[in-house]
Amino acid sequence: MSIQDQVIAILAEQAMIEPQDVTFDSTLEDIGIDSMGVVESIFAIEETFDITVPFNANTPAESDFDISTVRSIVAGVERLKAEQG
Amino acid sequence: MKRVVITGAGTINALGLSVPATLAAMRAGKCGIGPLEFRDVERLSIRIGAQVHGFESEARYNRQQIALYDRFTQFTLAAAREAIEQSGLTFSGDLADRTGVVLGTAGGGVSTWDDNYRAVYEEGKNRVHPFVVPKLMNNAAASHVSMEWKLRGPSFTVSTACASSNHAMAQAFAMVRSGMAPAMITGGSESMLCFGGVKAWEGLRVMSRDACRPFSANRSGMVQGEGAGIFVFEDYDHARARGAEILCEVAGFAMTSDASDIVMPSKAGAARAMQGALKDAGINREEVGYINAHGTGTAANDKTECAAVADVFGAHADQLMISSTKSMHGHVIGGTGAVELLACIMALRDGFVAPTIGYEEPDPECALDVVPNEARDASVDVALSNAFAFGGMNAVLALRRV
Repeated sequence: MSIQDQVIAILAEQAMIEPQDVTFDSTLEDIGIDSMGVVESIFAIEETFDITVPFNANTPAESDFDISTVRSIVAGVERLKAEQG
Repeated sequence: MKRVVITGAGTINALGLSVPATLAAMRAGKCGIGPLEFRDVERLSIRIGAQVHGFESEARYNRQQIALYDRFTQFTLAAAREAIEQSGLTFSGDLADRTGVVLGTAGGGVSTWDDNYRAVYEEGKNRVHPFVVPKLMNNAAASHVSMEWKLRGPSFTVSTACASSNHAMAQAFAMVRSGMAPAMITGGSESMLCFGGVKAWEGLRVMSRDACRPFSANRSGMVQGEGAGIFVFEDYDHARARGAEILCEVAGFAMTSDASDIVMPSKAGAARAMQGALKDAGINREEVGYINAHGTGTAANDKTECAAVADVFGAHADQLMISSTKSMHGHVIGGTGAVELLACIMALRDGFVAPTIGYEEPDPECALDVVPNEARDASVDVALSNAFAFGGMNAVLALRRV
């Protein structure tokens, strides 16, 4: 599975919806993931990809990881995996 | 109904190993937060906290006691000794039969759990010390206080996360006010600054890596502390009859439940608790000069708490002072309300309001007088102490100058 498909699967599971209902432009709020769901999703992403995601739940906007859309999350994970080499 | 006063106070926390040392540090705006020092700290991403330093267990307790006393119990016993000695009470006969101990803790013997899980899981041992259970149980500290001073009245431990000690003190207050007990030993303690304790908090992603900056626009989360605050609550007439020094009066309290979310705070729940405490104490909101805020330094708490204060106090919200001493002693979790009660006593008795340190940038959603960075001289007649816990359980105490 590609990074993109795996991220979408994680988010779909968290939101309890089908993966095909998660679009690139969706925000987490759109698909029904609240602030606790965000923290759980980040944890699942870290466990799946063996990466550390720089995310502070106090100031999501200032974290070095953009969670504003599904697209930005996928891009963030791809960047972290690439940095890992 | 009896009037209830505080006749003794004791503490161990990162700012000091006694009440005078702690109040001097609060007046000076000292920060007790620094690099954490314990085994495996390098495996944590959060490596700061308000740890107690210079507390020499071996000098305070003998080998058998240390085998039974988790760090949260050690802190409690040291703080209880200071409080009871200050009160001048000696317990025997009817007084001992009716005086009890109600304490708060969220985690109890966390480092005992941690050490022994490490022994069996990581080190593969198949045997643990025989006293692991009595050492880690949440009521261990209250039990040891009752045993040490032979207090045979109602004793138990309250656990409501970050409101534990406020809930405990509310119970002790109600027992003295009703006449059930002439005096109660109360407060709380916490010591979860160990690998497992901090690792669990890391998971929530609300911990700061640099500083605790409550109400400041550039806040970055909470910082954990550890310690204990212990008080002697006493029937006013009983205290007067023996000529005891009175630190302040406990005038009322309220407890509410948000009944909404397991971690996100609610403005309504916080506001109802503050309103309820004022009503219970028969205090007009205009009389409140100081609020010791829950003030964790998380966006969720600080904005909600300030909005709740604005709702409860209306125009008077701009006249009162509200500070978070967690910026100095960290978040002492189940013991935090007890350590913070010291700041209320300092405001009422000494006329010094503790600051919110680390304050750098105003936040329009926290536009109150947060006593930034420097303590202030002020005459305060009434103070509130707020505690709003995970699980949506809130407890507010109202205190009055005597």
